Amino acid sequence: MELLLDSLFNGVAIGSVLLVAALGLAIVFGLMGVINLAHGELMMLGAYTTYVTQLIFKLPILKPFYNSYIIVSIFLAFIVSGVVGILLEKTIIRKLYGSPLETLLATWGVSLILQQFVRSVPLAYGTGLVISLLIALFLPTIFPLKIKESINFKYYKFSTWIFAALTGVLTGSLISSSVSKLSRASARNVDVTAPSWMRGQVEIIGTTFPKTRLMIIVITLISVIAITLFLNQSAWGMRIRAVTQNRQMSDCLGISTEKVDIITFGIGSGLAGVAGVAVSLLGSVGPNVGGNYIVGCFMVVVLGGVGNLLGTVFASFGIGIMTDLIGAGRLLSIWPDMPLPLSNTINFFATTSMARVMIFALIVIFLQFKPTGLFPQKGRMVEN
Amino acid sequence: MRGIMDNTDLLNLIDITVSFEGFLALNKLNLNLKKGELRAVIGPNGAGKTTFLDVITGKVKPTKGEVIFKGKSLVGRKEHKIARLGVGRKFQSPRIFENLTVKENLEISVTTPKSPLNLINKSIKDEQINEIERLMKIVNLAQKVDSKAGSLSHGQKQWLEIAMLVGQKPDLMLVDEPVAGLTDEETDLTADLLKSLSGENTVVVIDHDMEFIRRLDSNVSVLNQGTVLCEGTMETIQKDQKVIDVYLGRPED
Amino acid sequence: MSFSKIKFDKKIVLSFWIILIALIIAAPTLLPVFRLNLLGRYLSLSIVALGVDLIWGYTGLLSLGQGIFFALGGYCAAMYLQITSSSEFPNNIPEFFALYGVEKLPFFWEPFRSPIFTFFAIWIIPALVAGLIGFLVFRNRIKGVYFSILTQASLLVFFNFFNGQQKLINGTNGLKTDVTQLFGQMVGSESMQRIFFWITAILVIAAWFFAKWVVKGRFGNILIGIRDDEPRVRFTGYNPVIFKTIIFSIAGGLAGISGALYTVQSGIVSPQFMTVPFSIEMVIWVAVGGRGTLLGAILGAVFINYAKSLVSEALPASWMFIQGGLFILVVTALPEGVLGWIQGDGPRNLLQRFGLKRKIETYPSLEVNNNEGNNG
Ligand SMILES: Nc1ncnc2c1ncn2[C@@H]1O[C@H](COP(=O)(O)OP(=O)(O)OP(=O)(O)O)[C@@H](O)[C@H]1O
Ligand SMILES: [Mg+2]
Repeated sequence: MELLLDSLFNGVAIGSVLLVAALGLAIVFGLMGVINLAHGELMMLGAYTTYVTQLIFKLPILKPFYNSYIIVSIFLAFIVSGVVGILLEKTIIRKLYGSPLETLLATWGVSLILQQFVRSVPLAYGTGLVISLLIALFLPTIFPLKIKESINFKYYKFSTWIFAALTGVLTGSLISSSVSKLSRASARNVDVTAPSWMRGQVEIIGTTFPKTRLMIIVITLISVIAITLFLNQSAWGMRIRAVTQNRQMSDCLGISTEKVDIITFGIGSGLAGVAGVAVSLLGSVGPNVGGNYIVGCFMVVVLGGVGNLLGTVFASFGIGIMTDLIGAGRLLSIWPDMPLPLSNTINFFATTSMARVMIFALIVIFLQFKPTGLFPQKGRMVEN
Repeated sequence: MRGIMDNTDLLNLIDITVSFEGFLALNKLNLNLKKGELRAVIGPNGAGKTTFLDVITGKVKPTKGEVIFKGKSLVGRKEHKIARLGVGRKFQSPRIFENLTVKENLEISVTTPKSPLNLINKSIKDEQINEIERLMKIVNLAQKVDSKAGSLSHGQKQWLEIAMLVGQKPDLMLVDEPVAGLTDEETDLTADLLKSLSGENTVVVIDHDMEFIRRLDSNVSVLNQGTVLCEGTMETIQKDQKVIDVYLGRPED
Repeated sequence: MSFSKIKFDKKIVLSFWIILIALIIAAPTLLPVFRLNLLGRYLSLSIVALGVDLIWGYTGLLSLGQGIFFALGGYCAAMYLQITSSSEFPNNIPEFFALYGVEKLPFFWEPFRSPIFTFFAIWIIPALVAGLIGFLVFRNRIKGVYFSILTQASLLVFFNFFNGQQKLINGTNGLKTDVTQLFGQMVGSESMQRIFFWITAILVIAAWFFAKWVVKGRFGNILIGIRDDEPRVRFTGYNPVIFKTIIFSIAGGLAGISGALYTVQSGIVSPQFMTVPFSIEMVIWVAVGGRGTLLGAILGAVFINYAKSLVSEALPASWMFIQGGLFILVVTALPEGVLGWIQGDGPRNLLQRFGLKRKIETYPSLEVNNNEGNNG
């Protein structure tokens, strides 16, 4: 019983990382049909954001609030990855709607660039760049209507770009001079240390459970609830769903599909950032950290059925629990005296990487019977 | 009584029901076609006309009912098997291979057997080349042999697709809206072409263009909400009160 | 897609061939062995690129898992080389087994004692594996990005398997071939490398002709038909599953040959051949060269890899930026690749932009006056 509970908890923990990582992907892929191979790198940006936030919170003025840096970094990571995602949408992905294979290749290019970016640009200036992007992209949208409609709008826009660039350089050098760890480019992995209240274990129904894992489950839970509420209750959520179902019709009804695309993609990317925070709590953070998750995320989305959040949830936990069962050889401890050939097979797959082999193979077999996943999308548009 | 096999029947649809998550696109549809018949099918948008072709060609599996073609059931067969049995289809919007030339498009349709082995190591048979030439003359594309099909005009594309359909030598031709977007003259030519094809082949034509249907001078089935509302010649149809209500409307003047 | 393609002159084609053959014969004497070896490797990569072009350029199947078949070919070759050269080692089995305390050769190594078996295994095993994976996926009408994702997942399955199995296949370390013997000579020796270069060059040309033969005529047209409108092909009476399976397994076989040639020239095969980035790179070679043009695939593979080695030697950090930019650029600005662009209207438009060549238009009478006005 205890063993089973153990296994369940571990599975849920693995699954919740997968879920929070796959959530953004499921939204972007499911609602927009966009395959974003840079999703892993957006996660990586989120993880680096956590690291930068942590270091900044070690500065004397912020030191008293150090314990809350992880909460702050969740929001910051959402914003950072979201902004980069929006930039991506505006510059590249928009040109490629309707050609998913091309999008896939282009976003792979983006992922290479992002990886190299964190290697060869000091994080302080990277932060500065994100801040200027943020200003340049958002300041014009909050201008009063009068300015927006005036013929001189492009000059206003231009000056925001200048302002953004200056602010970016300034914050960049400020951070660089005050946090020496951020002032040099480095390809080495960095470590995020959890604040003291998150270290250690808690005891739940007789089994111990690391607090960081619990935190990840909480982050996942909040993300899933927030995104479900947003999609189902808010006006923009409704617009997004409308565009998903019939783009032309929504366009005709006066929904700005362009804005909807930006918001959808921004949210999907932002969620990748949140996932990055979760990932940073699990191990060291490096340029390749996202790549470890991306294929797993895609498997979750495919298995769950594209465009179905419930499916994503089920698939994540399903894969999580299976990974634990196979990877830790749990079946053996649950049923110690099973016949030899069987136990040999189980031992053969009882490593993390072999568990992966097994799981992917199982998914491919599963898709033989249900090619459209657990919860298939229905309707006419699916066929073509 | 409907639904009973008649030995001159080429196709029987027996109580076909298609449900898309509870929405009945076809509802107990019955329809029989005789060998060599030309049949027009009309009906308002969403009546289920295209779905009816989807069921015959295997694209949609009926929720209930049977499709009997040449005495064999088609339900559950793969699309390409049904096509090889002798069911050819022209789609609602022209679907040709735009990156291939007109000739290559026709080659694809006339080639038999349609196995990879045959395609890769045998060259095309003489009689098939003759057939292609004949088809190109019929549809007036002889000058366009080596142009990419994508560069054809809309009307020419429609005709190329009809030629591809004929080249497949099907016993049953299903033609979905062949004259959408054609000029009146082209429409008349198409009607004559389809008429000349019937007799030897069995042809089902779907369209909204009443002039065109009239010119076909054939039996007409009216579909509405997934069932056959009425069947008969153009005259009987036009007088039928139900048909007037749901589809034709009253004459306006 | 452009509808008019420039047909190359017969004479140009002939002189191209003469120059090419002359270069291949001369290369081993002209180039230092290091460069020759690099060129040989890039040429062997162009064979896997041809396969990618067949499945992606012609049939529209974007596989992100060609590394599987590439590596399988490499492993087949390396296993043979290791066994034949293991007579001095304990138990007469390859040296690495001793590290893990393995005393008996795992069963699947046995057939690789035979050179004939190996010769066929190099391309047949990858082709069969590709055929099996392809059939399972195509049968369920999984296509487009789903196909890409599943091939990538399969790649990871193979990677993890090979990476984790030290006792069977030496895991992460891979199998070295450069110190093994073939026909009494060391595989890594200069004379052997020269021979491998020639073999590679000949096989590239053979693969090219083979690919040409596959795509010309009706078979190739069906592939294009599947790419552009698969349901239509089906309703015409063809079974796309068979066609796709065949072409995918042909591409797998080509990848296997490519991998074997690459292995003997780079001296090692390892799970690194099955990493995610490498398989996606193969796609970019074809994309840059020109998908749907076979020559483009070959040239793309050779030139991009050459550029990669040049740039990485000079500025190691910038290659990732360049490569990333290349992906974005080719997809957004040059979807037909360089060769596709040259064969299409690209150069004419460019020359015209610089006022060098007059635009050829379908309606000369209308346009000539305009142009005259512009230029005069
Ligand atoms: N795959 C599907 N999923 C859900 N509903 C479908 C699907 N295919 C068709 N329908 C619905 O079935 C009904 C019949 O569609 P169908 O295309 O057969 O109409 P039609 O008679 O051909 O119309 P039109 O004259 O406009 O071509 C429509 O309401 C359509 O929305
Ligand atoms: Mg219709």
